[in-house]
Amino acid sequence: MADVKLDAPKLKAKDFKSTQEVRWCPGCGDYAILAAVQSFLPELGLEREKIAFVSGIGCSSRFPYYLNTYGIHSIHGRAPAIATGLAVSRPDLSVWVVTGDGDALSIGGNHLIHALRRNVNLKILLFNNRIYGLTKGQYSPTSGAGTLTKSSPMGSVDSPFNPLSLALGSEATFVARTLDSDRAHLQEVLRAAAEHEGSAFVEIYQNCPIFNDGAFEVLKNPETRDESIIRLQDGEPIRFGGADGDKVVVQSGYGLQVRDAAEVDEADVVVHKADVDDPAYAFALSRLSGVALDHTPIGVFRNVKRPTYDKGVRSQVDEAAAGVDRTEALDRLLHSGDTWTVL
Amino acid sequence: MNTVRQLDRVVIRFAGDSGDGMQLTGDRFTAETAKLGNDLSTLPNYPAEIRAPAGTLPGVSSFQIHFADTDILTPGDHPEVLIAMNPAALKANLRDLKSGGTIVVNTDEFTKRNLTKVGYEANPLEDGSLDDFQVHQVALASLTIGALAEFEVSKKDAERSKNMFALGLVSWMYSRPIEATEEFLRGKFKAKPLIAEANIAALKAGWNYGDTTEAFAVRFEIPPAKLSAGTYRNITGNTALAWGITAAGVASGLPVFLGAYPITPASDILHELSKHKRFGVTTVQAEDEIAAVGAALGASWGGALGVTTSSGPGIALKSETISLAVSLELPLLVVDVQRAGPSTGLPTKTEQADLVMAMFGRHGEAPIAILAPQSPSDCFGIMLEAARIALAYRTPVMVLSDGYIANGAEPWKLPELADLPDISVPFATETNGVDAKGEPVFLPYLRDPETLARPWAVPGTPGLQHRIGGIEKADKTGDISYDPANHDFMVRTRAAKIAGVDVPDLEVDDPVGDADVLVLGWGSTWGPIGAAVRGLRDKGVPIARAHLRYLNPMPKNTAEVLARYDRVVVPEMNLGQLALLLRGNFPGTNVVGYNQVRGLPFTSNELQDALEEVIKNG
Repeated sequence: MADVKLDAPKLKAKDFKSTQEVRWCPGCGDYAILAAVQSFLPELGLEREKIAFVSGIGCSSRFPYYLNTYGIHSIHGRAPAIATGLAVSRPDLSVWVVTGDGDALSIGGNHLIHALRRNVNLKILLFNNRIYGLTKGQYSPTSGAGTLTKSSPMGSVDSPFNPLSLALGSEATFVARTLDSDRAHLQEVLRAAAEHEGSAFVEIYQNCPIFNDGAFEVLKNPETRDESIIRLQDGEPIRFGGADGDKVVVQSGYGLQVRDAAEVDEADVVVHKADVDDPAYAFALSRLSGVALDHTPIGVFRNVKRPTYDKGVRSQVDEAAAGVDRTEALDRLLHSGDTWTVL
Repeated sequence: MNTVRQLDRVVIRFAGDSGDGMQLTGDRFTAETAKLGNDLSTLPNYPAEIRAPAGTLPGVSSFQIHFADTDILTPGDHPEVLIAMNPAALKANLRDLKSGGTIVVNTDEFTKRNLTKVGYEANPLEDGSLDDFQVHQVALASLTIGALAEFEVSKKDAERSKNMFALGLVSWMYSRPIEATEEFLRGKFKAKPLIAEANIAALKAGWNYGDTTEAFAVRFEIPPAKLSAGTYRNITGNTALAWGITAAGVASGLPVFLGAYPITPASDILHELSKHKRFGVTTVQAEDEIAAVGAALGASWGGALGVTTSSGPGIALKSETISLAVSLELPLLVVDVQRAGPSTGLPTKTEQADLVMAMFGRHGEAPIAILAPQSPSDCFGIMLEAARIALAYRTPVMVLSDGYIANGAEPWKLPELADLPDISVPFATETNGVDAKGEPVFLPYLRDPETLARPWAVPGTPGLQHRIGGIEKADKTGDISYDPANHDFMVRTRAAKIAGVDVPDLEVDDPVGDADVLVLGWGSTWGPIGAAVRGLRDKGVPIARAHLRYLNPMPKNTAEVLARYDRVVVPEMNLGQLALLLRGNFPGTNVVGYNQVRGLPFTSNELQDALEEVIKNG
């Protein structure tokens, strides 16, 4: 948000609550995300009117209604397109997109990849619950193969997307993952996303207690989480697996691999760097975990600088329009080329 | 010595392979003709394929121009002069040529192989089949190559200049000046001055060929038309439309934001607007049609004049977003340059078959305003009107142009920019209500009692933060509402807002006032209908005419106008879509449809015959 002034008015989480009654199901992970976002937004240091939330359709897309900012709840899959129009024409705003796995990766897949490719200055929060909630429980493009739902009674036969791999393949400049239940981590990631100039893609694992309860339990249960979560820290060797960090990530063939720390020379442990220019590294990180979530990195995978689309578009317009008297220019346009006068 | 004969009008068609540069040749002849002060109308006709196989019938590209010493309304039904660059061009266009017409034919291409390619068993230049015409056999290619012998250009490049030779020859035949074309060529080939000079030499060689050979005994002059005083230019519909959008930005004081995805025949609007950044016009070439309209809507939300331009297949994709815009009640301009459908149909040919889609092609009750330009130059004014309505009523407005208007050209008397209307509207900056506790609040759906428009509060406005969306909104507050009575009220209110859009009355042209039959058209049929009506009146047949530029809502006096006539003939390039709307809205009207869907505009002759038939058999 380079064009946005950060002279902080002192706002509180409650200042970002709208008057609308929140209507997600009891126990929905969206509540935790909403609370985390509301308490994070004052950190932007922006007046509320300078913030715009754009969403599509789905449970997650009700999000803008509950924030006392400008907001638009649009149509299924199209939030990145609508947000692109706003971000290009309004450099003074901080524009956020809230979307879900169906909204962003299925019906709106095309808009997501192109927003990331262009590097539009948008912060895209993808709430991934691996299920269609609002339509009552069909499998989604992030559901594992074999998922049993109303529309797949014998198990889904689709292979799922890995959202981070997709984002990286779309030339995203900022890619991160976090959890609905880990407020401190979620806010840390939001902070990094907000500071990034360009598209920031944040996948938030979010529990749907009604149709896919416990989908991310392995990352939350104290008995399994330390073995499963890899907390990425910039500049630090990648270690996880309890207090002593008995697991490490090393290079292996063309990608990365999890190994027992005891078997590996300390010098071979990969040191995480989000600003590595080659997206292959972040991509390899994104492939450490699959549907089973066995070794799931969270944190900022990739954070690199590239010119933003909206700035590029605006600078062409600004350059061409500088000092132009539009009425006079219009008159010149109409009279350009071959004209003739009848007396 | 050549004889010079005066003509009042002529229709010329340039036809060749799609690689022969016929569109450019036609454009330049048009520019020369406009400069001379003739009234004119043009019709390009080209294949959908960029380069169909050379020398084949599907690869034929043509450009027709009608010019006269009086005002004219159409590019002409049948050419009197055909320039045929190859056998395919001759074969594809001969049936349209008037009996006794003139053919200038490029004999170099009349080889056995080329004749066989298009199914000529014998050479039509030799078998007497062209005896009804005046045929000028000119070896255009070899004469051009010969004329450029001293230039250091390849034989291929020399041969490619043959269209300029043809242009020079026809310019001589019809006494058109070629100096402006010389200038044009120098500009076009700025980076390749040798090619520029070769083309100019070919142009002059063509002119001199006419002047010095005795093949052309007669030369023609068409005196300037008596047009009303003013400065004129020639303009195509797509250019006028893009300039109208640009002007709407100036007239409203808003930045223009165009979201578009390339599609024939609308892409030229995107190309043109992307050249006008100096007016604060932003163009985004989106990833698809849906993103194009979505980005435009997002920009409108942010306080820009959001525009999207496409053709029928693209409009179908945008339908859901247009419905969202209806629900959000934000300004949005949607341009549909109609082409022959369904599906890919005939993408370079014209049709008017999207009217019912524009009216009803959305989900739910989703009324929008609909306008249609009636000629290429009318596109400028229609976009100003569309923007006026979109801004004043915060609504999507659909503009229905078509392929005939988009690519056709006519002289346009330039407007005085001092007369540019002020179509600006204020953004909301203050709260406009109080809540239950008496605290000031912003009510995003509190309406202007006159226009029923809601306030336009753009993000960034302090204190007016609010949420809008596709879910039904409560009256005034805009909060989510599932209340049945509220939904009924909101649906009716949105309908009433569009029904109440202020549009000028329908003007009726009924000079004597004794006509029983009214011919009522919309869109690009304006020219052919006008020419047909003229023809009938010249014969003493009474007929009234009117043309709808506003299709939704229709002018308030429409019912009263229709009630004055026994029969209302509605010519349309569809199977009766306006007729359907008229029968539904004005049930007492005796609507007689006259319909064609050939991908081409009506010819005024056939229209005249059809109208006469209705009048006689009434």
